[in-house]
Amino acid sequence: MMAGGNVRFLVLILAVAICGAASVFQPISDSHRSAALDVFVPVDGSYKSLEEAYEALKTLEILGIDKKSDLSSKTCENVVKVLQSSSSTLKDAFYALNVNGILKCKIGEAGPKDIVSQLQAGVKDAKLLLDFYYSVRGLVLAKEQFPGTDISLGDAEAIFRSIKSLSQSDGRWRYSSNNPESSTFAAGLAYETLAGVILLAPSEFDPSLIQSVKTGILKLSDSIQKYDDGTFYFDEKSVDASQGPISTTASVIRGLTSFAASESTGLNLPGDKIVGLAKFFLGVGIPGDAKDFFNQIDALACLEDNKFSVPLILSLPSTAISLTKKEPLKVKVSTVLGSKAPALSVKLTQALSSKSVDSSVINNQELKFDADSATYFLDSFPKNFDIGKYTFVFKIVLDESAHEKVYITEAQTKVPIAATGAISIENAEIAVLDSDIGSVESQKKLDLTKDGAVSLSANHLQKLRLSFQLTTPLGNAFKPHQAFFKLKHESQVEHIFLVKTSGKKSELVLDFLGLVEKLYYLSGKYEIQLTIGDASMENSLLSNIGHIELDLPERPEKATRPPLQSTEPYSRYGPKAEISHIFRIPEKLPAKQLSLVFLGVIVLPFIGFLIGLTRLGVNIKSFPSSTGSAISALLFHCGIGAVLLLYVLFWLKLDLFTTLKALSLLGVFLLFVGHRTLSQLASASNKLKSA
Amino acid sequence: MARSSTSKDAQDLFHSLRSAYLSTPTNLKIIDLYVCFAVFTALIQVAYMALVGSFPFNSFLSGVLSCIGTAVLAVCLRIQVNKENKEFKDLAPERAFADFVLCNLVLHLVIINFLG
Repeated sequence: MMAGGNVRFLVLILAVAICGAASVFQPISDSHRSAALDVFVPVDGSYKSLEEAYEALKTLEILGIDKKSDLSSKTCENVVKVLQSSSSTLKDAFYALNVNGILKCKIGEAGPKDIVSQLQAGVKDAKLLLDFYYSVRGLVLAKEQFPGTDISLGDAEAIFRSIKSLSQSDGRWRYSSNNPESSTFAAGLAYETLAGVILLAPSEFDPSLIQSVKTGILKLSDSIQKYDDGTFYFDEKSVDASQGPISTTASVIRGLTSFAASESTGLNLPGDKIVGLAKFFLGVGIPGDAKDFFNQIDALACLEDNKFSVPLILSLPSTAISLTKKEPLKVKVSTVLGSKAPALSVKLTQALSSKSVDSSVINNQELKFDADSATYFLDSFPKNFDIGKYTFVFKIVLDESAHEKVYITEAQTKVPIAATGAISIENAEIAVLDSDIGSVESQKKLDLTKDGAVSLSANHLQKLRLSFQLTTPLGNAFKPHQAFFKLKHESQVEHIFLVKTSGKKSELVLDFLGLVEKLYYLSGKYEIQLTIGDASMENSLLSNIGHIELDLPERPEKATRPPLQSTEPYSRYGPKAEISHIFRIPEKLPAKQLSLVFLGVIVLPFIGFLIGLTRLGVNIKSFPSSTGSAISALLFHCGIGAVLLLYVLFWLKLDLFTTLKALSLLGVFLLFVGHRTLSQLASASNKLKSA
Repeated sequence: MARSSTSKDAQDLFHSLRSAYLSTPTNLKIIDLYVCFAVFTALIQVAYMALVGSFPFNSFLSGVLSCIGTAVLAVCLRIQVNKENKEFKDLAPERAFADFVLCNLVLHLVIINFLG
């Protein structure tokens, strides 16, 4: 079941991804519902945390899937534990209340009072944005779930102001007063919190406070970003933000909708942007990550549930029109979660061909409505509607009657449509021509719809000509994407040539004199195969026309041999021949023993030097005896020894720059000490001389 | 007769040179011994290269030039320290020795860098 589900899942992702590339957005459908069952899988009967439990249960609830019975017992246990303990964190209490709202667990008498007093204390002590968020939203949930308990916020205005103080001038919010970094995700949380404060406040707020929040919303909506296919989204400013565009946009939408609901006003965003935000989430397809899935579904549910701006999505089950089948083009209009749209009419304002972008083939055609399948369809196309690529521009016009909710649509929806049809192939013929004169030696008419048994023969002085005419159903010229002419020798060597199309005529002329080398001088029987194909051609063909006997001259010495054709056609994808690299032959080194012998021999002159020195009667009598001079003399010798040691280290492992650095230090030291020693020696010898 | 006279002349020459040399001051003899040591080391290196080929040529050059270089510096020191040289009468031998040490250290830095 799981493996099958995963395969289905991948196929669905691919299918939706391909649809997404054509910028047609599909509302949430059953494929989402079945995917949700695979994404939100609890481990061992319960979820890892209350946050994950809430996300999974909320998503399943919005999608209308009932899985509560399997999980309620263990999750409810967790919820009750958290709500009854006095040491739960604000975050745990918040998510426990959220889960309780969906599962409706039995809490008991004392539970609500404890948790409410905990949350109220949390609100009083809160300094960080997240503390305000969890405690205020927790109190809102508690008010809904436990109607008997008394929940009041105390000084609501002060709380409002302290939350507002964390805001920035560009509409973003900071998480705490210490951290200067602002975040769009935090702005969404802040608007939800402010909406909660407004709901819980005992009396009306100062209108200027509400107005300042509204101007903040306007500033924030300036930072909305756009993709080329008309989707809008919010994203964080900094590159290494922890929240991606999906969670950021979802957080902002949650915040804006809850603020709008608390104020009983609209969303304060232009209609195009609201539909663009809805399209952004629909364009995600089916996310594989649980958090992205929750954010997508929750944001779409927020957009659908609010009273003042419900986006409507226009989608097409198929974007291809077949002129041979004469099936109508179907269009569906629904809300983002797939619910029914109100009474409206769909107009096709323009159908722009890719060839002539200015003029439109269809103008202001209203689509008919089929109540059974709730689709709008267009079944009649004008006489000059030829095959090819088009861009259809649709417009939704809502009926004037009053609705419960205010619906919004895009000003116009552009959809790429491909029209396909049958191409007629006429005057197909193949001929062998004499090259100089151009006269026809033999000519055969072809029927390309079925394999033929044409038999031709030519030598290297002649030419082969293939020509045919392709016309669209309306009689216009047609240039196919693929027109290949293949010659295959008996020894399986193949050659492919392209047939060029100009206007209505397609022609290929093979001059064998120039092609002799390309054909590897192989004479014999060649099979002829012709392939014509195109995306808008419903009758693409691959036909074996027949064969041709080619008489080519002998291969000269230097000509390239034809490549070896293996019998296995897929062997070209097998492993290739191994390449043996030729490395530089290392230099011949002398024998180890010889080198060691010479190492010993090199030391001999040094020993000879030492012996000579002793024979000369070398002494160190003039080594200074007084301590000061003795120390400097000693340091002088040590310094020289240190420099030589540094050189050895340099040879062994250091690089030039570190050596030069160390040498400069040692050199300065040696200079100083050496100068002292030698000047003392000089003064000593001067004293001796004068004395 | 001529042969014996030439050999006797050679022997006399050798003896006179030897006695003259014996009278040189000890410090000059030390320097001479050092020069001989350096030159012998260079000769052994050349013989080794002749035997096994000059593959790491930079190492060979660096070794030989180290010996020759230090020998040349020692010869310069000898000239400067020798009291019979009138040009360097005013130069203190300690100064000459300091120059010798400094030049040797610089030479050997370059040699070690080139050794590879």
